[in-house]
Amino acid sequence: MSNLPESLIRTPDLDRWIAIEHDGSIIVSTGKVELGQGILTAIQLIAAEELDVDPDQVHVRSAETGITPNEMVTAGSMSVETSGAAVRQACAWARRLMLSEVSDDPTQLEVSNGVVTGPGLNAPTSYTEIQAGTPFKFQIVDPTQEKDPSQYKVLGRDHHARIDLEDKIRGVGVFVHDLEFPDMLHARIVRPPSYHHRLETVDLTQIEAPDLGFVDGSFIAVMSINEYRATRLAESVGNTAIWTQTRQIPADKPLSDYLVAHEASAFPILDNVPQEVPPRSLTTAINAVYSRPYLMHGSLGPSAAAAQLVDGILTVWSPSQGIELIRHTLAQLLAMDAKAIRVIYVQGAGCYGHNAADDATVDAALCARAAPGRPVLLKWSRADEHQWEPYGPAMRVGMGANLSDRGDVDLWTHDVWSFSHAGRPAPGRTGMDVIAAWHLNDGFEPNEPAPRFGPESGIHRNALPIYEFPDQQVVKRFVPDSPLRTSSLRSLGAHCNVFAIESFMDELALAADTDPVTFRLRHLQDTRAIAVLQRVAELAGGVSGSRGIGLAQYKNRQCYAAVVAEVAVDATTAEVRVTHLWIAADAGRVVDRDGLTNQLEGGAIQALSWCLKEAVAFDRNGITSRDWETYPILRFSEIPLVETDIIDRPQLESLGAGEATQGPTSGALANAIYAATSIRVRNMPFTPQHLREAAAV
Amino acid sequence: MTKLQLNGETIAVEAIETTPLAYVLRNECGIKSVKLGCEAEQCGACTILADDRPVPSCTLALSDASERRLTTLEGLAKGDVLSAVQNALLTSNASQCGYCLSGIAVAAYALFQSNAHPTHNDIVNALDGHLCRCGAHPRVIRALEQLAK
Repeated sequence: MSNLPESLIRTPDLDRWIAIEHDGSIIVSTGKVELGQGILTAIQLIAAEELDVDPDQVHVRSAETGITPNEMVTAGSMSVETSGAAVRQACAWARRLMLSEVSDDPTQLEVSNGVVTGPGLNAPTSYTEIQAGTPFKFQIVDPTQEKDPSQYKVLGRDHHARIDLEDKIRGVGVFVHDLEFPDMLHARIVRPPSYHHRLETVDLTQIEAPDLGFVDGSFIAVMSINEYRATRLAESVGNTAIWTQTRQIPADKPLSDYLVAHEASAFPILDNVPQEVPPRSLTTAINAVYSRPYLMHGSLGPSAAAAQLVDGILTVWSPSQGIELIRHTLAQLLAMDAKAIRVIYVQGAGCYGHNAADDATVDAALCARAAPGRPVLLKWSRADEHQWEPYGPAMRVGMGANLSDRGDVDLWTHDVWSFSHAGRPAPGRTGMDVIAAWHLNDGFEPNEPAPRFGPESGIHRNALPIYEFPDQQVVKRFVPDSPLRTSSLRSLGAHCNVFAIESFMDELALAADTDPVTFRLRHLQDTRAIAVLQRVAELAGGVSGSRGIGLAQYKNRQCYAAVVAEVAVDATTAEVRVTHLWIAADAGRVVDRDGLTNQLEGGAIQALSWCLKEAVAFDRNGITSRDWETYPILRFSEIPLVETDIIDRPQLESLGAGEATQGPTSGALANAIYAATSIRVRNMPFTPQHLREAAAV
Repeated sequence: MTKLQLNGETIAVEAIETTPLAYVLRNECGIKSVKLGCEAEQCGACTILADDRPVPSCTLALSDASERRLTTLEGLAKGDVLSAVQNALLTSNASQCGYCLSGIAVAAYALFQSNAHPTHNDIVNALDGHLCRCGAHPRVIRALEQLAK
């Protein structure tokens, strides 16, 4: 087995990765997709660096089935690590092959801004002259030498322009919502009132040609050439629908209690891998229970997709994070050959994990099947987005520890309860995890949720502490029966696990009468973790006053991040305002410093919103968070000052950073609230009501 | 036919008068900067200027828009030259996914039209009706504060 990046092992054909064009441009392909995280810019910079060309010369082509390399799902903060590594290696090979065309000893040649010079060349040449229009016809089976990072000129620079941004600031319609085709139909779906409603009857007679509508089981769709008319039709048809409620959503117990009551299996985690053996029973001197509710991805644009079925070929324009997964899911649901389905990625609004993009893609395909030949653009309503997206699961974390006489932790226990964080469509399984499949007459049931055992997977992501404790017991407690639909929300279990660990570390520091930074340092051996912790404390000028600190390394193997939060808590209203955030991070070799900062800060702000405001509300009859008033998120007037410092390590591998700050920020915030008020908030969100409840304990 | 004064031109559109302006702009006028987000005046993604004041276009009926001077993001640039606000947001990479960006840019443009040197509070108050889920707020604020100097 070679040392090649996984994506290159899957797609060794160099021509799938890079092409030199006659106009001087270089087309670099990636199977990863732009979600707003800036990956296309990062890929552009990596390619430009390795080829020694100006970044503007590199055009990045992203995700289309059968065209770009298959790089599975754009998730888990893996794109720079995986696709970035593959593109770097592919470019290193392309460079070597091109230079070998003009020299017997290509290592003697120099490339600067795309111009090739050196001994043996009569005149300077270029990649364009050497290779334009000519395929490489080369299979990568072994790695070739890459550029020494000490020679980098592009990577790590302070600022690069985001390649997707200029179109957006000019109003160019780049989103899937903006697609327009001749003769296009606009489609809307009429959803049941809840998960547990089934359609009895609906009256479609009011739909007159050229408008279209169809019903299949409990799946109702309407289509019109006029988009607003499609929304009106959806409403009026919806008003005629009669539904039967088959059962109720369990909603009478606090989620934290529900999780304990419905635990199905427990897996002690050892060396990052859960083993199916009974857990030890431990008595602890200090313990505390933390929780978070269900959280929404809350895309600002409701999910959308387009599709067209022509001569048995289905073309789908989708904002899915996994175009191959959705392609095979469509094949299974529509009983089509996957080869007859082409999925083209088109950007949606930011998704922050597995939202309803896949559901909307399937909806669009069903509508296209009902209107053969016609292009169909399907959009969800805001209310459906809020009620039907797969939420980030509720979690409960029970922490326990013994402190030695010296005030060190000598025993540490961590029990984490949660529902499945894995709800992506998984083709080939007996069930199917997209909404339409549950509603069609000949559809599929949802897959039975099952615990995952990979290192750092969903529930137990970052359940292992970054700290060194002599005796540890970390247990994953799986709860299959979730009252609400769930899937992967940015950082998965790491958010609540790190929140609990970092809160508990402060509680222990207090018990040990030690300041929180010193207490953490005493239990840390990882020098990179120590460095970010010290850096953030320096950046903030200390962690005294109404400030708190949090630290983690995402998945215990990716980006290190430490955060200091400063709060002001209103003594009368008990409202928490975050006034300042300081972030220090180590993501290894920096590719795009500004892009990295954007991701770290965006993740931190999103975490503040989760922690301060958010909880999906529901009752026995359905979801009651149906818009931005019933599910408020953080606003401009509530945004703190944010300062970020990055420790660049050019000689080390780049580490995924898109999910690094959620956990540390949440811990830092809870610790700051304690510093300001002596109230320990353990249940999210940190609303005035929860502060008052915590104060009353 | 309803006449609209859009981005400095008078145009005629054919749509039912109760149609929300956002739909008309997007589907009849090719104005894709206007985004549908909530269709309830809660998120700001569809913000345009009506007589130089930022308003949501998702609930404004076509019939109520015909007498007003309408400007969208597309109308802020002079040809290829972006407005100062657009340029500030662009050069600061003040965005992530960008779905909320055009509404924010339009509202910020209106703010700077009325006040060339807005304070931090002026900026966040002007944008408080605009939701951003990516958490790009700090860099939007920084970009506009820099422009205000």
